[in-house]
Amino acid sequence: MSTTREVTDTTWEADVLKNDLPTLVDFWAPWCGPCRMVAPIVEELSEEYSGKVNFFKMNTDENPSVPSKHGIRSIPTLMIFKDGELKDTVVGFRPKSELKKRLEAALS
Amino acid sequence: MKEYDIAIVGGGGTGLTAAIYAARSARKTVVFEGRVIGGQIATTDIVENYPGFPTGVNGFELAQSFLQQAERFGAEVVYERAESLSRRNDGTFLVVAAGEEYVAKAVIVTAGAEYNKLGVPGEEELTGRGVSYCATCDAAFFQGEEVAIVGGGDAAMDEGIFVTRYASKVHVIHRRDELRASAILQERAFANPKMNFTWDTVVDEIRGDAQVRELALRNVKTGETSTLPVGAIFIFIGQTPNSHILKGLVDLDAGGHALVDLQMRTAVPGLFVAGDVRTQAARQLVSAAGDGATAAISAEHYLAERYGAPAEIRRD
Repeated sequence: MSTTREVTDTTWEADVLKNDLPTLVDFWAPWCGPCRMVAPIVEELSEEYSGKVNFFKMNTDENPSVPSKHGIRSIPTLMIFKDGELKDTVVGFRPKSELKKRLEAALS
Repeated sequence: MKEYDIAIVGGGGTGLTAAIYAARSARKTVVFEGRVIGGQIATTDIVENYPGFPTGVNGFELAQSFLQQAERFGAEVVYERAESLSRRNDGTFLVVAAGEEYVAKAVIVTAGAEYNKLGVPGEEELTGRGVSYCATCDAAFFQGEEVAIVGGGDAAMDEGIFVTRYASKVHVIHRRDELRASAILQERAFANPKMNFTWDTVVDEIRGDAQVRELALRNVKTGETSTLPVGAIFIFIGQTPNSHILKGLVDLDAGGHALVDLQMRTAVPGLFVAGDVRTQAARQLVSAAGDGATAAISAEHYLAERYGAPAEIRRD
């Protein structure tokens, strides 16, 4: 079951910044090959962390505002937020084990 | 501890081709890839020189086809980086990835090469904020901006031409006064009105804040310095082989490439090296694939001689 939801410029604040749970956002675009490889890993993580972390993906082609506000100039980029604050940014494709470590560190 | 007949370190064009051959010979095969499956080819926009695709093929799609073909014959892929490789007393090999141990009777190292960094101030800090080693990943973020490409080879021209789809101007910064790129790419680059060439020049520093703002340049002939305002810098200045996993096991040449014979055999029985990480590689997708096939066939000969035929022949 897919637990990663789409987030847009409009829903950003309510979904990510005001979320009671920590959130991980996967910034991607359809033309980006490595992004298509990150997606299944994020999907697996979203199942493993179900109920602990909320997972979102944002299409940077369709949502220009949030990516530019956060200075995103490279994708895939993953951002981890907790209590409305940015805790960690991961730029580029990384193996699952590393993403898990970064997520654990950001949660603690 | 998981056991395999053949472990392949690196899932680029070489490794995936080796996996197709190894798995198709009914050998239990595993591929380790800690980054993007398909390697360099996966982030190439259009591959024009791979036979069978007269109008070119998207690199990512091609890489996915290699992967599907390897998996169809039963190869397994572990999406983790192989951290270490060692030979055990019984002549088999131990591969460690993400803390897990894997034992294989033969190993093919196809770890490829990594793009070189400039090694100048600002490069590390501004990576992902305008410093890029992948134009197909990042170029779209610089719509209408002026950007720089560093390098004069095929990769630099290929990616530079790709970036002109988005950028208003592409400044090619090259330390010599002529390109090393193939004739067809040079012709296209020179004919592109958005490409602008700055010869005999190196980048001394990348400056910026939340993103790249300007480059400090120096002419290597006159010593004259200047600044160039750009929103991004794409760096394509050659590659370094990923041979660290082979250190202490296999002899390397001066450039760090593993020494192999024409069958991709190293001096260690059962250990094969192929693709960009080996000495004198042509560094093309078609030769990488060829290397992978050669290495897998050599590994099969080695296994047949030392351990006999495969335990079970698949019949599908």
